Amino acid sequence: MNVAALTIDGVREGLAKKRFSAVELTCEALRFAEAENPKTNAFLHFSPERALAAARNVDEKLARGEDPGPLAGVPVAVKDVILTRGVKTTCGSRLLADYIPPYDATAVIRLEQAGGIILGKTNCDEFAMGSSTENSAFGPVRNPVAPDRVPGGSSGGSAAVVAQGTAVVALGSDTGGSIRQPASFCGVVGVTPTYGRVSRYGLTAFASSLDHIGPFARNVKDAARLLQAIAGRDEMDSTSAFAPVPDYLSSLDGKVKGMRIGLPQEYFRDLTSETGGLIAQGVDVLKRLGCAVTEISLPHTDYAISCYYIICTAEASSNLARYDGVRYTTRSSATQTLADMYRNTRGEGFGAECKRRIMLGAYVLSAGYYDAYYLKAQKVRTLIYRDFLNAFESVDAIVTPVSPFPAFRLGEKVNDPLQMYLSDIFTITGDLAGIPCMSVPCGKTAEGLPVGMQILTRHFAEGEMFRLAGAFEKAAAF
Amino acid sequence: MKITEQEVRYVAGLGNLRLTDEEIVKLRADLDEILTHIGKLNELDTANVEPMAQVLHEAGETATLREDSPRPGTSNSEALANAPLPGAGYFKVPKVIER
Repeated sequence: MNVAALTIDGVREGLAKKRFSAVELTCEALRFAEAENPKTNAFLHFSPERALAAARNVDEKLARGEDPGPLAGVPVAVKDVILTRGVKTTCGSRLLADYIPPYDATAVIRLEQAGGIILGKTNCDEFAMGSSTENSAFGPVRNPVAPDRVPGGSSGGSAAVVAQGTAVVALGSDTGGSIRQPASFCGVVGVTPTYGRVSRYGLTAFASSLDHIGPFARNVKDAARLLQAIAGRDEMDSTSAFAPVPDYLSSLDGKVKGMRIGLPQEYFRDLTSETGGLIAQGVDVLKRLGCAVTEISLPHTDYAISCYYIICTAEASSNLARYDGVRYTTRSSATQTLADMYRNTRGEGFGAECKRRIMLGAYVLSAGYYDAYYLKAQKVRTLIYRDFLNAFESVDAIVTPVSPFPAFRLGEKVNDPLQMYLSDIFTITGDLAGIPCMSVPCGKTAEGLPVGMQILTRHFAEGEMFRLAGAFEKAAAF
Repeated sequence: MKITEQEVRYVAGLGNLRLTDEEIVKLRADLDEILTHIGKLNELDTANVEPMAQVLHEAGETATLREDSPRPGTSNSEALANAPLPGAGYFKVPKVIER
C-alpha cells in the first residue's frame, strides 16, 4: 500500500474492495508518517491511540453494513492550534508545551463523525503568527519540495504533510493567508472558506474577526470533501453562519465556460517574473476553458497590509492576555507578586513574533491612539470589503497570485519583520473581506518551486470557487 | 521617530510582558518601522465611512441565542488539569491581599 499517493477516493475504494481495513491503513499511515517526519518536522506529535480507536470504529461500522461516513478511514493531520481532547495542543508555543485540552474543537468532532482518522498534530508558527513556520518553539518545518526552504506559514506543517504524503488531507487555520500561502509554497490545494462557514469553537483564538479553519488536500475534490464535512452552523460558535451548506461535490462537475473572471491590476505589479509568468499561463488556461477574463481594480489594496496588521495585532493582544501563568500549564519560577508572575511568565514564554504583535496591538489600542490606528483600520476595512462587493457585481471570480514569490530560504526573512508582513499582501484582503478564497497549484519555477494561483469568490460561493479550481486543475494537469 | 523607548516600556506594562533591555531596543526599532508604514492609512479620508468590526452575515436578530437549558460543563478536575499550581479545587496564585 502506497499511502503517500492516496486520495480520499483511493481510501474509499481500498476499503470497499477490502484491499485494506481502516485499522491496517491507519497503522501503515502512522508508520510511514513517523518514519518520514524527521525530514520536515511537520508533525509535532502523533495520536496513535485516538487514530486506532477511530479506525476500529470505521471497521466495525463496515462490518455491520453501516455507512462509515464520507471521510471513512482517511488519514488526517490537524494543525496544533486546533484543540483535540486528550491530545497535546501546543500552538507551537513554549507556553503550551504540555497543554492537554479538555475538549475537542467542533471541526475535529465533525471530522471524526465523518470517519476521518486523526494521525497527529502539525507544526505551525507560534499561535499562528508568521508566514514561514520559523516562529515555532519546536523548530522550523522544511518544505518537502525543497528542504532548504520554508513551507510557508503559519500552517506550514499541515501544508507539508499533505505535500509529503504523510497525511491525505489536513486542517489548517487562516487569519491572513496562513492556509493559502503555505499551500502555494508546497504545491497543494488550500482553502479559506467564507468567514463563519466553519465553526471556530476550539480553534485557539489569534484574531477573532479574521480567524478561519480550512482544508489542505492534494486535489480540489478532496479539499471540497473535507470542507463539506466540517462546514455549517454550530451553536457553540455564535459567529458561525446559518446559511445552508450546499453539496460541493456536485458543483465540481458544472461548466466554467462563460464564467466572468476579474484580474485585479493591483495584484500583478510586484511579482517575481517567474511567478508572474506562471500565473499568466494559468490565466491562459482559464481563457481556453471559455472563461471571460477582464482586468478589474481593487483600489484600496495598497492599504490592506496596514489595515490588517493593526486589526490582527489589536485582537491578538487581547486574545493572548489569557496566557498569564494561572490556567495554562506554564508559570515562571520568578513569581514574588501576582504582577511579576504575569509579566515573567509571558516574557519568558512568548517568542519574539508574539511579543512584537502583543506590543503593536497594545500600542494601537492604548489611550490616545485608538482612534488614529484601530478605529481608522476598521474604517479602511470597510473600504476593502466594498472593493470586493463592487468587483463581484461584474465578475464571478477573482484570480490573483497567492504570493509575490515562491518559497524562500530558511532564515532569509526572519530578521526583517516588516518585509515578512509585506509578503502577505495578496492573501490578507480575502480575510479582511471574509470571502472564500483558495490556492490551487499553478506550475513550478525553473528551480522546481511550486507557485499557487488564488481564486476568490462571493461570500458563501465556495461551490463556484471549487468548480473553477477543479476545471483548472483538470485542464492544467500539473 | 514614531515611538520612544519609554513608550515601549509603558506598552510592555500594558501587555504584561517582562522585556530585557536588548528586547526593548530591538522592539523599538521594529515598531518604529511598522508604525511608519502603517501611517499610510492617513492618506485615506474615512470621515464618512462606518467602521467594521467583523463580517456579518444575514441572520435573525435573536438567531444566535440558543435555548437556555442546563448542560454539563467542564468539571472542576478537568478545568484544573492544566493548572501550573492547583490546590483545594482552585487555581493558586501569589498572595494579593495582605492581612
